Amino acid sequence: MILRKILESIGFEVEQAENGRVAYDLLCSWIPFDVPDLALVDWNMPEMNGIELIEAIRDNSELDALKIIMCTTETEVSQMTLALLTGANEYVMKPFTAETIIDKMALIGMPVGTS
Amino acid sequence: MPITSLEFDVVRKMIYERAAIVLEPGKEYLVEARLGPLARADGCTINQLIGRLRNGTERSLSDRVVEALTTNETAFFRDVKPFETLKSTVLPEIIARKSASRQLNIWCAASSSGQEPYTIAMTLKEHFPQLLNWQVRILCTDISTEMVTRTKLGRYSQLEIGRGLPAPMLLKYFNRVGLEWEAAPELKRWLDVRQMNLAAPWPTLGKQDVVFCRNVLIYFDVDTKRSILRRIRDLITPEGYLFLGAAETTRGLDDQFESMHIGSGGCYRVLGAGKTVERRVS
Ligand SMILES: C[S@@+](CC[C@H](N)C(=O)[O-])C[C@H]1O[C@@H](n2cnc3c(N)ncnc32)[C@H](O)[C@@H]1O
Repeated sequence: MILRKILESIGFEVEQAENGRVAYDLLCSWIPFDVPDLALVDWNMPEMNGIELIEAIRDNSELDALKIIMCTTETEVSQMTLALLTGANEYVMKPFTAETIIDKMALIGMPVGTS
Repeated sequence: MPITSLEFDVVRKMIYERAAIVLEPGKEYLVEARLGPLARADGCTINQLIGRLRNGTERSLSDRVVEALTTNETAFFRDVKPFETLKSTVLPEIIARKSASRQLNIWCAASSSGQEPYTIAMTLKEHFPQLLNWQVRILCTDISTEMVTRTKLGRYSQLEIGRGLPAPMLLKYFNRVGLEWEAAPELKRWLDVRQMNLAAPWPTLGKQDVVFCRNVLIYFDVDTKRSILRRIRDLITPEGYLFLGAAETTRGLDDQFESMHIGSGGCYRVLGAGKTVERRVS
């Protein structure tokens, strides 16, 4: 995945998970010292979808510092509203480029070296 | 066929005369890439297109060539810092100072497709509700009539809103129109959008409290930069503020401007202005 390469090239370590359930378990296994800075969450995932994952993350106070960007093909205003209300910090609709993601990371205050 | 150096000169002269834009030698590829689509649309070659340009009989053709050769690259909240400076320092100072007249005039001097003025409008709406009963005008100008039309329309693609616009602001200030997003009437209401060439004589624009002239001086030669900065200085209120692009400065061009540093950002004021602000910041 190109996004992974680009994030790695600007100094981030990247882990991937195949669905929401696996992602949540992985996150919990990193508590308390290795919680990552950012989760890029897809909407449509088997087992636990993106909204359910965000809900689970925001219910867990030990993951408070984790920022979340929802990246999805879902483009309805109502879906966007739901994701933000559930606790996503940003929302990116397809089509997007790696640049868009880095831009959003800067927007939510992450050190990505651009403005 | 690639363009000859003579043909490149024809284009170079024309864009300099019409828009003061300096095309350095070596930018032949840019001319070819930008004029290719125009030639195709007219069913001729680039060489023939430049031939018509040289005849100089078609004003509309040279307009289209100017449009094609300008760089309209922009984004919502581009560089972030200017808008933080606007919010943290510039607007509180102006609002306190002008509470009697309650008029705010901001000029966005190369507004491209409008992301910059709409960002300014959102910053005002979001943080300064008291402006509701002020007379606010965000004057937007650009040399490109296509950009002027786009700014008036205020419609942006998914990709454009994906660049720099925070999702909560998108939801708050834009309406979905098909696959695009259109700026809300409450933002549009403040915008006064006009076509204008910065390198030609300016019409009467009125005094400005804040001028954004970002990422456009870079295309001009020193004399044009100087002349534009001097005219901005005449236009800005004595206490006004000027924002330039990240790669632009007044240094070496106009010594009547001084830069002020605010946080990690900054802007420019006419010498002697803003002592009160500096004290508050330091
Ligand atoms: C790179 S964009 C900058 C847009 C915006 N200010 C920003 O910083 O994102 C430059 C704009 O300057 C406009 N421009 C170029 N030459 C101009 C001239 N002589 N007078 C007025 N506008 C000009 C172009 O049409 C283009 O939209």
